[in-house]
Amino acid sequence: MNTIKDKVAIIGMGCTKFGELWDKSVDDLIIDATYEACEDAGLGLKDVQASWLGTVFSGHTALSLSSPLKLQYIPVTRVENMCATGMEALRGAVYAVASGACEIALAVGVEKLKDTGWTGVQPTNVLGRSTMGTTGTEVSLSPPAMFSELALRYFDKYRIEPEEGRRLLAEIAVKNHRHGSMNPKAHFQNELTVEQVLKAPIVAWPLGVLDCCGVSDGASAAIVTRAELARNFREDPIYIKSLAISVGPRLDLITQGYDFAHVEENVRASRMAYSEAAIKDPLKELSVAEVHDCFTIHEMVIYEDLGWSGRGRAKEDIEAGTFTLKGELPVNTDGGLKCFGHPLGASGLRMQYEIYKQLQGKTGSRQVKNPRLGLAHNLGGAVWGGIACIAITGNEKDWR
Amino acid sequence: MVGITSYGICIPPYRLARDEIAQAWKIKSLGGERAVARYDEDSLTMAVGAALGCLKNGLKQVDGLFFASTTSPYKEKQTAAIIAASLDLPRETRTADFTDSLRSGTIALSSAIDAVKSGSSRNIIVAASDCRMGAGRSQFEQLFGDGAVALAIGDSDVIADIEGNYSLFGELLEAWRLEGSPFVQSWEERFIVTEGYMKTMQTILSGVMEKYRVTPKEFAKVVVYGPDVKSHANLAKRLGFDLRTQVQDPLFESLGNMGTAALPMMLVAALCEARPNDRILVANYADGGDAFILKITENIGKVQEKMKKRLEKKICINYERYLTWRDLVPLEEPKRPDIRPPSVSCLWRERKSVLALYGNRCRECGTVQYPPQRVCANCQTKDRFEDYKLSDKHGKIFTYAIDYLTSSKEAPALIGVVDFEGGGRIMCEIAECEPSEINIGMPVEMCFKKLGEGGGVLNYFWKARPVS
Repeated sequence: MNTIKDKVAIIGMGCTKFGELWDKSVDDLIIDATYEACEDAGLGLKDVQASWLGTVFSGHTALSLSSPLKLQYIPVTRVENMCATGMEALRGAVYAVASGACEIALAVGVEKLKDTGWTGVQPTNVLGRSTMGTTGTEVSLSPPAMFSELALRYFDKYRIEPEEGRRLLAEIAVKNHRHGSMNPKAHFQNELTVEQVLKAPIVAWPLGVLDCCGVSDGASAAIVTRAELARNFREDPIYIKSLAISVGPRLDLITQGYDFAHVEENVRASRMAYSEAAIKDPLKELSVAEVHDCFTIHEMVIYEDLGWSGRGRAKEDIEAGTFTLKGELPVNTDGGLKCFGHPLGASGLRMQYEIYKQLQGKTGSRQVKNPRLGLAHNLGGAVWGGIACIAITGNEKDWR
Repeated sequence: MVGITSYGICIPPYRLARDEIAQAWKIKSLGGERAVARYDEDSLTMAVGAALGCLKNGLKQVDGLFFASTTSPYKEKQTAAIIAASLDLPRETRTADFTDSLRSGTIALSSAIDAVKSGSSRNIIVAASDCRMGAGRSQFEQLFGDGAVALAIGDSDVIADIEGNYSLFGELLEAWRLEGSPFVQSWEERFIVTEGYMKTMQTILSGVMEKYRVTPKEFAKVVVYGPDVKSHANLAKRLGFDLRTQVQDPLFESLGNMGTAALPMMLVAALCEARPNDRILVANYADGGDAFILKITENIGKVQEKMKKRLEKKICINYERYLTWRDLVPLEEPKRPDIRPPSVSCLWRERKSVLALYGNRCRECGTVQYPPQRVCANCQTKDRFEDYKLSDKHGKIFTYAIDYLTSSKEAPALIGVVDFEGGGRIMCEIAECEPSEINIGMPVEMCFKKLGEGGGVLNYFWKARPVS
């Protein structure tokens, strides 16, 4: 089968600081991330031949991108895949270049969540449904409540006492905050203790406030070109090894088939991604990973879904420190959604931004040693019917 | 023989101690407690609950549904039609609302008796339900209780034969409520009790006994409406009934005055204890009165359920919760996105899956799915489905959420993933349950509730509740 492997390279990336950016508009965020990416790639916006915008709530149509950037009548597409929107924008740009339709493409993800006056983000009853009319009878469930359903069932399935489970989840929060404290662009840059996480107010048992990622403003951008042209722009382009997306049919909620102890789309996407990138033993072969830790329980389940821990064995790997900066596979070295923050449309590209910088050896005190392959995993939708995107990138073309 | 063929009741599990109210206002407590409908209940949902009980007791072939209440959720729009749709009754069912009078329940009952006697109907459910409010600090606030009763009237498998009935009207402005006012008001007590209740009830009770040539001693039970404990007892004594053995307790102590459902609820309490061949005298009051003479048949044992069991589930609430549920205190809105109002055309299109909770089952692989699908979630076969009703199925909580980040009136919201016996899964709210009760594997049944109001549209749907 024809694959995307080594056909396209990322030659520039940008990312704003994430956080409560009261003094920045959506347009400001788009402009700041895009211009950083252009500068990084050593080119101007006039060189971009096609663009993708990913945003969930912060804009409609391609005009939301062309207008702030004053793009000059080039093809622009807006995409939306809930929290996996950022990765979806990247996919659009990468496949356009791979098809030969254009040579240089831009992907931008943006979200401004802090102007609503709400706590948290939208409930999940809007997923996969028309926004123009509804029966209003679908249950309204906040995102932490949705993931609490996963936690309760995961604990039950693997006979983990709630208190022990909460402590394991707290270890994940502590790890991501330790990583985030080394990242000047992160929303939160404070370290946490297990005690603090456990004592935080409960949002949806067993999840407390500090099991939840930040609700943030931010934007991130990538510029891609054909792999053969990449070194014309820079010495250290990052090559796309695989780009997988798996979208579930939501059968999990319709029937009794789903166990609420894993996310099937994560499993399917990772299989596609490893196959496309010719990875046999992901835990050994991957140097660094960014995963969708919207809630600590999801990161725990991802360890298993992506084949790094055995089923029900994530506990052992958490306790062994496998996914810390010094561990076998450092995960969420930039702090993850938990600490870097989660502006929905921007997050997928932000994950890729960290992997890109890690593979180039430019992440300072949180740099992993001798990286070759990195994975970014972005989930949109619900645990019972999601959109899982995985990008695997490497710093050597045609390696293996 | 035309008579009562089945009955069902709906009593919300929530109880407010009258001492709590009295303490808040530094006034005299009437003692005991009152039943309180949660914010997701109203006269309509409680009527559905009672009618479901009526159907569960073996009732078949319903061709009429009469709703009786002074608190219909819509001022213009039939409630009985919504109830009939949620009960999945056939399209030819005769529906009617009997409203405005506290006597609506027995007026509806008389009409049902006439319809069955005339042969135009075979089995009519009369659902009387009320959720009335007294103003803060008033006697009514303490006295009222919320609840519903459904009585089925038919001509076969009768449990209580209606041997006679007698009605008269009377005009006296006693208790009333104007358009736009949420609270019941009344005239001065001495006048309305002596001139209204006592005189009218004496006339109607002696009238019915005269008409059918019966004496007080012939009745095993006398079920008579009372506006309050004292007047009720005085009336019974004055008419020569033995308060201790003959007179049905008006249930004020445990439930409160349930408006149109008050007398029917007392009647059900009497039916629960009745034995074959017992004669029961029933009389309702308001704008005149209705009286009935019932004779219990051998069938009574088939449908008899002990009321005590129904009253077992109790969740005590405080006065602040009551005020919140009734929107009587302005509260800070949750800092969450507004709930989008429902679309009437969407609701109409999905009426079968929304109101009667129909899913469907794949004819190829047998997988039950909700909401109903066109392409099977299991085998992907297209358009090979049969309807499959879930509202009457029991289930178990597979997983759940206690959601503090909710837009609902009360945090936390309880949400459960319910797996039904025989297949099918739904994620829905869990009602009549406190956060500490819920756990994986908890057995649940479905109940019809009000989700809320948006754009002037009241939205009703099913929730799960712990099996009672």
